[in-house]
Amino acid sequence: MELIFKKSSPGRRCTMFSKSDVPEANSIPLKYLRNTKAQLPELSELDVVRHFTNLSKMNFSVDTNFYPLGSCTMKYNPKFTEDIAKLEGFTSLHPLLPQLRLGGLLTQGALEVLYCMEELLCEITGMNNFTLQPAAGAHGELTGVMLIAAYHRSRNDKRKYVLVPDSAHGTNPASAAIVGYEIINIPSNKDGLMDIEHLKEKLTEDVAAIMMTCPNTLGLFESEIDKIAKLAHQKGALMYYDGANLNAILGKCRPGDLGFDVIHLNLHKTFSTPHGGGGPGAGPVGVKKELSEFLPISRVVKRDDGTFYLDYKRPNTIGCIAPFYGNFLVILKAYAYILLLGKEGLIKTSEHAVLNANYMLAKLNKYFTSPHPKRCMHECVLSGVHALDIAKFLIDRGIHPPTIYFPLIVKEALMIEPTETESKETMDHFIECMIEAARLLKEDPDALKKAPKTTPVGRLDETKAARDMNCALL
Amino acid sequence: MDIPQGSLFTKEHEWIKIDSDKGIIGITDYAQHALGDVTFVELPKIAARVKQFQGLATIESVKAASDIFSPLSGEVIEVNAKLENNPALVNQSCYSDGWIAKIKIKDASEKKNLMDTAGYKKYVEELDK
Repeated sequence: MELIFKKSSPGRRCTMFSKSDVPEANSIPLKYLRNTKAQLPELSELDVVRHFTNLSKMNFSVDTNFYPLGSCTMKYNPKFTEDIAKLEGFTSLHPLLPQLRLGGLLTQGALEVLYCMEELLCEITGMNNFTLQPAAGAHGELTGVMLIAAYHRSRNDKRKYVLVPDSAHGTNPASAAIVGYEIINIPSNKDGLMDIEHLKEKLTEDVAAIMMTCPNTLGLFESEIDKIAKLAHQKGALMYYDGANLNAILGKCRPGDLGFDVIHLNLHKTFSTPHGGGGPGAGPVGVKKELSEFLPISRVVKRDDGTFYLDYKRPNTIGCIAPFYGNFLVILKAYAYILLLGKEGLIKTSEHAVLNANYMLAKLNKYFTSPHPKRCMHECVLSGVHALDIAKFLIDRGIHPPTIYFPLIVKEALMIEPTETESKETMDHFIECMIEAARLLKEDPDALKKAPKTTPVGRLDETKAARDMNCALL
Repeated sequence: MDIPQGSLFTKEHEWIKIDSDKGIIGITDYAQHALGDVTFVELPKIAARVKQFQGLATIESVKAASDIFSPLSGEVIEVNAKLENNPALVNQSCYSDGWIAKIKIKDASEKKNLMDTAGYKKYVEELDK
């Protein structure tokens, strides 16, 4: 497809301005004026509409194709939740309304949604309180680690380290480092689980927290998690749960019961709100009661008469981490999703997610190496092949590639997460494509190197893109 | 897999070539191959003090971002500034032009924690099994 600049024709315009009857101001200092004319395309309105409509047709999404991007949980987002979020009573609210003198009365419904959502998330995860404010998973992590720091600080306990397994999401060490902790990496053992002997060595009274994902990024449940939590608590360290993979255990076990003290959730994963460009995110953080006093403001409080208000007077709070009360409509969609499915439905989503991933693993581990071939949770990891070439080949078959080169501890990793919403037919199509890729790898590896052929621009030079980034156009 | 004589190696695939009390550090052929095309190297500051097996630099490739650990404790006395504009040197010549940093060695007895060429060769062969 041609760039919009190529379609430019001198003098062509979308809009005609009437002649200005105001004298031209000359108030912008010369040093702020550009030396050359802005390179803007000159087009008619129809040119612009066609250009962007055609571009939009190239979009790839869960609504158009299979998207087994491991760890990201790209499951279908039910349109029912969109309908709820479009209700005028919610969309026409202004975020400042609850703070007006009588405004609280106009926002009781919205405040009740937030209050009830907190209660539901507490029940699902086994925590005592939640803040729904963080605007994304990593923002939730940062908030969670800040809460841990506030907890230790309040006890005059100066701790320096956060322990993170080598299979962790990269955001875990990054969040802890931003809060000021030093990171110690704990290796995985041969079964892909945290190496407890190594943990014991590093777990001193200088450790503020252990950050874990469970099931971990290899798709394996940390079967000794209760033991790990006990060891941590004996040394005064807190347990942090990265909720990226909570979708594997809904209704089966609760992080709070496993010994975790702080947890973040990704509503856009577990509770099926749109990812990234599909809408803003939400990364609620839950805590055990020992940490509740530190939660960010505002907090939704229920009065004795059953009405709700936003409370900003919390002396020990870590403060404001986001304006107002987070991405409200995202929280609302997740709330609708939880109510739509109910307890039995949520349990079934986890069961189907795990069943589907095991189906993939069982069908594919004959053709690829799997570091842990027997059983997985909601996603499986394959390795030992040219992951990038397979990824590009799958694009030509109309499938979004799995996550590649993650987790870092698996060579040429391909991380596949089918999610619970895919049919057997879709998964079988994917399996056939993967088997075809495995065959081509052996018989005609060059064919894979040429993929993708069906996309507008073919194989991109990812190395050049990273090395020679040209920001001049921004 | 290219493994030169005369250097010492870590389990994390760094090499150090020792010349009296100084050592040149880089990553091995195995490491550059596993990383794929290197896109960025964050070099340490001159005079930074590093401990054995702790972070010395960060390296990014099309696949991942990883730490480079110091094979020995010491003080950074020189860095390979060429990598700032040409990180591909790490791929093209990991044992010479693609070196990362030079340190003044603090404690030569730490060498006992490193592998020699034969030991590292065996270690890598085990990993590939």
